Amino acid sequence: MKELLLGNEAVARGAYEAGVRVSVAYPGTPSTEITENMANFSKDEVYCEWAPNEKVALEVAIGASMGGARAMCCMKHVGVNVAADPLFTAAYTGVRGGLVLIAADDPGMHSSQNEQDSRFYARSAHIPMLEPSDSAECKEFIGRAFEISEAYDTPVMLRLVTRIAHARSLVEIGERKEVALKEYEKDARKYVMMPGYAKGRHVVVEARENKLKDEIDSLNLNRIEYADKKMGIVCSGSAYQYVKEALPNASVLKLGMVYPLPEQLIREFAANVEELVVVEELEPFFEDAIKAMGIPCHGKELTGLQGELFVRKVGAILGGEEPAGPFETPNTPMRPPVLCPGCPHRAVFYVLKKLGLTVCADIGCYTLGAMAPLSAVDSVVCMGASIGMALGMEKARGIEQAKKTVAVIGDSTFVHSGITGLVDMVYNQGHSTVIIVDNSTTGMTGHQPNPTTGFSIRGEIAPQLDVVKLCEAIGVPSVTVVDPFDMAELEKVLKAESEKDVPSVVIARRPCALLDKKKKTPCIIDTDACRRCGMCMKIGCPAIVKDDAGVISIDASLCTGCGLCKQMCHFGAIKGGEN
Amino acid sequence: MENLNIVICGVGGQGTLLASRILGHIAMEKGFDVKVSEVHGMSQRGGSVITYVRMGEKVYSPMIEQKGADFVLAFEELEALRNLPLLKDNGTLIVNTQKILPLPVIIGAAEYPKGIVETLKEKTNVVAIDGLPLAEKAGNVRAVNTVLMGALAKRLPFDKETWINALNACVPARFIEANLAAFASGYEA
Repeated sequence: MKELLLGNEAVARGAYEAGVRVSVAYPGTPSTEITENMANFSKDEVYCEWAPNEKVALEVAIGASMGGARAMCCMKHVGVNVAADPLFTAAYTGVRGGLVLIAADDPGMHSSQNEQDSRFYARSAHIPMLEPSDSAECKEFIGRAFEISEAYDTPVMLRLVTRIAHARSLVEIGERKEVALKEYEKDARKYVMMPGYAKGRHVVVEARENKLKDEIDSLNLNRIEYADKKMGIVCSGSAYQYVKEALPNASVLKLGMVYPLPEQLIREFAANVEELVVVEELEPFFEDAIKAMGIPCHGKELTGLQGELFVRKVGAILGGEEPAGPFETPNTPMRPPVLCPGCPHRAVFYVLKKLGLTVCADIGCYTLGAMAPLSAVDSVVCMGASIGMALGMEKARGIEQAKKTVAVIGDSTFVHSGITGLVDMVYNQGHSTVIIVDNSTTGMTGHQPNPTTGFSIRGEIAPQLDVVKLCEAIGVPSVTVVDPFDMAELEKVLKAESEKDVPSVVIARRPCALLDKKKKTPCIIDTDACRRCGMCMKIGCPAIVKDDAGVISIDASLCTGCGLCKQMCHFGAIKGGEN
Repeated sequence: MENLNIVICGVGGQGTLLASRILGHIAMEKGFDVKVSEVHGMSQRGGSVITYVRMGEKVYSPMIEQKGADFVLAFEELEALRNLPLLKDNGTLIVNTQKILPLPVIIGAAEYPKGIVETLKEKTNVVAIDGLPLAEKAGNVRAVNTVLMGALAKRLPFDKETWINALNACVPARFIEANLAAFASGYEA
């Protein structure tokens, strides 16, 4: 039976059919749906969890593998940076049950802060990496990855990109094949990576990679599709689809294993075509390797380093077609993502802007506090960076800067990698205020539970992390919980806490508007009472609009009745927002 | 059949994914190769969203590019205008005559273009439908997407029964009655 599956759903299906017993992740676009789908399988068959961060997730998967189970771990590209520490040494220990790490890259940065290329991780850790080009291959390759992992005693990476992870195509559904738990036996020389033993394992890593290179053609993951031999194109993943559509007559070497590379096959292909071209998104990963083999080829000078490829671009570059002229985009205003109507983060950013504070923010929905008209954010770098950066600002500019600087971090991001930053701020005697915007979920990735929510990935009750007690235990002298919908109180607290000579934490706690099922009546503007001053519009709520005549109104279909605009109005012109 | 390329665009939260699921279901029923490219993540927070549906003998890229779409199904006027360049010269644009102001317009940093439907009509084949009253009349204000599906269905080479079957397969039972009525009103519009 065939189903139309997202690449991510197909990976989950393939992992399930391959007998995976443990599946661990921290959510991150475009990888999240893999683990969400794993949680749809019976818990008798698959253990699933959202871990606090990618490093812990990979460590759980490594432990499960050492314990004899097939285990996988999924993350977005930048998550691999967090998990890189265990990854590089898991390459030395090898596996017992198969171990696969899935890294989902985001060329074009649809939902990310950079465009890094995960293929370099496979090369530097000396582990194999596969890259599927549609959902059917997603399902097939995850199974192959587990076989290779066990056959070569190595972790294996599977690389996805957004256009594979979030595209649906047809997949043949199969049955689950149970893979028995392997016997556990202590093997210190393999799993205790102190220098004496690790030196022995590094020898194994090199021998393993050489063996894999020798046997790579027998794995049948790479194939040549000969056609017109004037031009031969080396590609993988999404680029393969663009090449096949743009240049149906070109010869193609399609790489399913993107590390290590099949040197003999590449040499054979290069010898049989007049001109060799590498078509790959992001970095010149294949191109550099092929040039290092002494084989001339074209690549990045044609395709560029940035953004996604697409059919017309490939066709224009290689087919000699005229590019389709300037993209005739009509003059249309942009529609960037915004904080939702009723979002509990909105008031925090309004107040921070009003107080004129420097805001080191973090990764999540609240990153959108950077957008006009709130424009309240000074920095966003990576998960958890806000707190350390606020401390760094103070250490560079002195305590007076600390009183004007806050860190803003979400509940899930705080648990992910903000806790250690807060420890640093207390231990090294910073004075800034950390605002934890606690909306009781991991919002931007689609509402996954986290340790502060008291629920597991399967929606079952789980022990709930008490953030107040945690902050107190870290030694924060002042911890305050405030409701961000009470703007006067919020302003009072933020003003007082930021001026204090001690580090402080303010927890602005209110569930995500998309989760809050308690419906309130929408707010309504009494146009007779309204002075059209525009104060209510300063909070940047997409439900509040002004027509050409200057009349301000609230779109009842969007309004959640949160009442922030009522608090902004000095004339009592806004009603509604009742329970 | 030559590959059929359909762009579905709107604003995050408008329910564009049901339309692509129904089209995907029909493609499978008909034995076509099919790819659907969806938007997840940040744009879903009230930003522009776009879904590509491609079906035919063999589909490679999951994306539809400039002048590649046989149909653009737009849930909102500004998004219709934004995605006009994706439409083939002889393609058809089906637009829901609803305006959702983007934040840059709300705060006065940009202007919402005037007379979008008229502009579009000067440039291409346009079917303009006021979906909201039709959905209300059908019994579910949220069924605007199904009204638009009805308008698209009338212009595609699949019989009505195929669509009804797909709706039955993709819409939860408790909403099916209103959605079938909404579909019929779009089909007749």
